[in-house]
Amino acid sequence: MALLSKKDANLILDPLADNNPITIQVLGICSALAITAELKASIVMAISVVFVLGVGNVVISLMRNIIPSKIRIIVQLVVVATLVIIVDQVLKAFAYELSKTLAVFVGLIITNCIIMGRFEAFALGNGPWKSFLDGIGNALGYGVILIIVGFFRELFGSGTLMGFKVLGDPVEKTGLYATGYENNGFMIIPPAALIVVGIIIWVQRSKNRALIEEN
Amino acid sequence: MAINTDKNSYTVAFAALMVVVVGSILAYLAASLKDKISENERFEKQQNILYAMGVHENEDEGSVNFIPTDRVEGEFSKYITEQLVIEGDKITQDDEAYLIDLQKQETLSKTGAPRKLPVFIGDKDGKKYYILPMRGKGLWDAIWGFVALDESMTVQGVYFDHKGETPGLGANIKQRYFMDDFIGESILKGSQYAGIKVAKGNNDPVNNIKDDNEVDALAGATITGDGLSAMIRKSLQLYRPYLETIKTKS
Repeated sequence: MALLSKKDANLILDPLADNNPITIQVLGICSALAITAELKASIVMAISVVFVLGVGNVVISLMRNIIPSKIRIIVQLVVVATLVIIVDQVLKAFAYELSKTLAVFVGLIITNCIIMGRFEAFALGNGPWKSFLDGIGNALGYGVILIIVGFFRELFGSGTLMGFKVLGDPVEKTGLYATGYENNGFMIIPPAALIVVGIIIWVQRSKNRALIEEN
Repeated sequence: MAINTDKNSYTVAFAALMVVVVGSILAYLAASLKDKISENERFEKQQNILYAMGVHENEDEGSVNFIPTDRVEGEFSKYITEQLVIEGDKITQDDEAYLIDLQKQETLSKTGAPRKLPVFIGDKDGKKYYILPMRGKGLWDAIWGFVALDESMTVQGVYFDHKGETPGLGANIKQRYFMDDFIGESILKGSQYAGIKVAKGNNDPVNNIKDDNEVDALAGATITGDGLSAMIRKSLQLYRPYLETIKTKS
């Protein structure tokens, strides 16, 4: 990557793999469980978080020298909440359909621990450009896991992807269902997300043993 | 920088300034987008009402396709011939009945004030449709919908929507395969306004039996389904006096 120095590139790439906010830092689990029953919802949520965390990190970083440390958490909350409301209002005015899909997640974005975590741990101590990269990287790392989980849950839980019946029709018994296959209703409920995330963590750690914590 | 950010006076000043700045940004945004947003909401209601009476752009199979927003206003005035407001025994015409907020009316009725019930009468190819808006509770939040009936009290079409039901489970009440099941069901059981039950285990997944007042439930969405059944049942009780007047005597 000639565009970015190696250090800058790592800000984006690290959270995608070896420092992933969900599988390594175990942050943002709540929303990962709540909304991954469908692939489409996962993708929408991932995009929203990329925007909010990217912009939010820059805003906090620009203000880092003037934010009073006593109320910094409140300031961070205000920044996230404002960004989320702006996104929500603009979508309602110009992309009404999308805003209805997103409505459920607005609250979840504000409470997403990854966002506050990155503000606190990175943006308060680094410049705007680095903070921007860090925000995008972490949001993408979060989004990737969300999309993987959403993919498997929708595929095995409903037999669809993005609403398309990829495995045939469960009622008419066509496609895979003709052989006696049934959708796994368990995949749709939140605990299934925990298991899928668990499997991802397992695979990741068995590939890279350096990630396994020593007792 | 020379500012001492630890001083109390600075902290208070910062907080005050932040509130003013953020407040003005949001107020400006809300004010400038208000018209556009309420227009979107109006179009959506018109689309939903038309959808219930079968004016939509659905293909043979697949997803819900509304009349596009740029045409919806024209189609709405073409197909919806009358908009009525029922207030106790009084029935009045009101061309903006579709803008009545059902939630507000419900709250009002709790204080003893008479409640406004809108009814939309549609006309498509010479056939009359009576579209009843309704509102109820799902698992997490409000659910609402429009049910189109004909004179024999048979459902001609429905549209349901929700505020925050679980994606993949309760949220599927607005999926076409679920809403299509209601078409052809009767809301009457004998002379009773029994409504339509979202039933688990009615052994009729493709809904061939149309006279059982039941449609097949959504797996994993029991409470949303029950809420939907209750919404239909309760709303029919409210509309019952009006429905009696249009029902064909058999």
